[in-house]
Amino acid sequence: MDQFLWVVVPYLCLATFVVGHFWRYRYDKFGWTTRSSQLYEDKLLRLGSPLFHFGMLGVVGGHVIGLLVPRSWTDAIGIDDHLYHYVAVGGGLAAGVAAVAGMVILIYRRRTVGPVFSATTAMDKVMYLFLAVVIFLGMWNTIAGSIFTLGGEYNYREGVSVWYRSFLAFQPDASLMADAPIGFQLHALTAFALFALWPFTRLVHVFSAPVGYLTRPYIVYRSRETTLSSHRPRQGWDEPANR
Amino acid sequence: MRVMAQMAMVMNLDKCIGCHTCSVTCKQAWTNRAGTEYVWFNNVETRPGLGYPRRYEDQEEWKGGWTLNKRGRLALKGGGRLRKLATIFSNPKMPSIQDYYEPWTYDYETLTSSPATDNFPVARPKSLLTGKNMTIKWSANWDDNLGGSREHASRDLMLKGIEEKVKMEFEETFMFYLPRICEHCLNPSCAASCPSGAIYKRAEDGIVLVDQDRCRGWRMCVSGCPYKKVYFNHRTGKAEKCTFCYPRLEVGLPTVCSETCVGRLRYIGLVLYDADKVLEQASIEDEKALYAAQRACFLDPDDPEVQRAAEAAGIPADWMEAARRSPVWALINRYEVALPLHPEYRTMPMVWYIPPLSPVVDVIKDTGFDAEDRGNLFAAIEALRIPVEYLANLFTAGDVPTVEGVLRKLAAMRSYMRDINLGRDPDESIPAAVGMDGETMYDMFRLLAIAKYEDRYVIPSAHAEQAHALEELATECSLEFDGGPGMYDSGPFGEGSGRPVPVAVENFQMLKDRQTSDTLAAPDDKATRVNLLNWDGKGVPSGLFPPRPDATPDRPDAGLTGGTGGRGSGA
Repeated sequence: MDQFLWVVVPYLCLATFVVGHFWRYRYDKFGWTTRSSQLYEDKLLRLGSPLFHFGMLGVVGGHVIGLLVPRSWTDAIGIDDHLYHYVAVGGGLAAGVAAVAGMVILIYRRRTVGPVFSATTAMDKVMYLFLAVVIFLGMWNTIAGSIFTLGGEYNYREGVSVWYRSFLAFQPDASLMADAPIGFQLHALTAFALFALWPFTRLVHVFSAPVGYLTRPYIVYRSRETTLSSHRPRQGWDEPANR
Repeated sequence: MRVMAQMAMVMNLDKCIGCHTCSVTCKQAWTNRAGTEYVWFNNVETRPGLGYPRRYEDQEEWKGGWTLNKRGRLALKGGGRLRKLATIFSNPKMPSIQDYYEPWTYDYETLTSSPATDNFPVARPKSLLTGKNMTIKWSANWDDNLGGSREHASRDLMLKGIEEKVKMEFEETFMFYLPRICEHCLNPSCAASCPSGAIYKRAEDGIVLVDQDRCRGWRMCVSGCPYKKVYFNHRTGKAEKCTFCYPRLEVGLPTVCSETCVGRLRYIGLVLYDADKVLEQASIEDEKALYAAQRACFLDPDDPEVQRAAEAAGIPADWMEAARRSPVWALINRYEVALPLHPEYRTMPMVWYIPPLSPVVDVIKDTGFDAEDRGNLFAAIEALRIPVEYLANLFTAGDVPTVEGVLRKLAAMRSYMRDINLGRDPDESIPAAVGMDGETMYDMFRLLAIAKYEDRYVIPSAHAEQAHALEELATECSLEFDGGPGMYDSGPFGEGSGRPVPVAVENFQMLKDRQTSDTLAAPDDKATRVNLLNWDGKGVPSGLFPPRPDATPDRPDAGLTGGTGGRGSGA
């Protein structure tokens, strides 16, 4: 069972994530968008969207540090557990609260503003559900686990993080996760489910973060020959469709 | 010198009768789809008026276009790259749908399905965004023909400086129509604002297009364009804009708005310009000098040096020939009567306008004086400050003498041609008074008044060796791609997701769809509905007429009523 939950399922989700994005990009470049609803409603979005997105950037940054940086590295530069814990919980809490507050505003907006609600697809609703559950469980782990230490002391840097790195190195050690508290287990599982859903939702816009804008020239020129979008020359190996 | 060719347009505003045919045909061709209900690539505004979207010209509010920063360098008014990325989660200057208008349809069904009642059934307006009942408060042409202008027109930004002189009294006001499309600027701020780099200027003809596959819906182009001519398709989540009808232009046809213009007031042709000069000329400090600055970017196609540089830049010989014959070039440079719209936005717009003389002529006519007499017209141009200053605010960033000069030329042409038409000897002092000779003035008259089709549109087609791949020709059979025409249906990730469909195929599918539907969503009986606007009178779409009483089951309706029913209804 442990092998199934902490080896098979995560790799399946990871594979869906990678292959799914590849497929979506090949099949559906036109559908690859933020699907912004700002045109419909502005006031709530102006508050909620930056809160949520900047909060999430903080959350993701925290996860990168917490999961990918081994304890020995921080020890080596003289950051003791107490200091680390202090920074991680403080930063995590601030980012998490911003993200949750933003998400609450955005979900409230999506449900109550008529045009926004009617522009919501079924996939959006599923995605919102998983995203909300993942964020809620993450907050629970931070608040209940790390601050009030309900259910005993647990240092995720000895368990979850090590398992995650072993998972990325393709030498997964399922026992590390099996020993983790239920909150962490559920958070990880729902997060992997979200990753599996990811390529089929509007979340793909994360991978379009326009960092290239900082360096490209302002005005883009393109020649007609390269822009005949729907009539790209067929690849040699493509059979004509109806012959 | 870096020679580039630019496809450009000039509109002769004196001839615009405000019929909106251009807007309607453009909409039928390009934006008759879910998500673009509120979008008018071409719209016609009554001026003075608020325009569409409302007060789009107020760049202190919308922050569109370019400005000079503290160091005198050209910068986006809406903020540079870092600022754009920092505000990417919520564009602070994005117009809301209410600034355009909330699109609606009417609940026509109640008219036919209502039971017998004492009162007439009413088709109530339904929002196309929510499907709920709504109150119509504004639309793209709410102040058409100065409707409601006593309330609204005083907020027209172009009245700045002359507000107290303008009375919106019915008898004393002036008005004219201003058709607008995308300006296909030489220095497009929409393209500069796009974080994804999806908006590009075509190197061959300068048409500004949005790559629908690269657009990610960040919406910065909408706020970046000072003319508000990039629109957000709220169903597909992508930006869309006027395409200058590039599939038509590539095969030598004029744009839909030009082709269908009743007043024949649009001119399409090539202009050559020096791309290396654009930035420098757009950065000139004096706003009133920007009209001259933009003209300084243009290159004379008759200049041998320009011809050599153009050849080196790979501009084909037939394009050079078209550039020499270009009516746009003639109106801008030879006759100097065309002016750019809002040069102060520093985008170097490429749809220019011949300002209307009619506000001046109308006043003279109303006072009973001879409205074709040169002296009267010249005096009136001097005296009628209000329309002239208003036109200057639109076309020359407030530089009155330039507009005056153009109006004097138009006035001179009017009186010069009257002598000729009445069989009198032409008075050569008239063209001389505006710095032209008689022959040039007569040529200008031919181009402006006779305006033959082949003189108005000098469009070099794309080259034959590429023809198999052009959108409109598409001899590379356009149905031969994944899924074929059936792909038009909504994809699994929302409106229009999936592989792109060639424009020609999409239009074919859309027309077919439209002929059988007329609603926003997909009602249950969609398949049996008919949009009368799209019905060409031939054949009988099923469901258009009630079944014939004598129709028997073994004689299918379609074949039988197809002939007789159609003719019967026409009678």
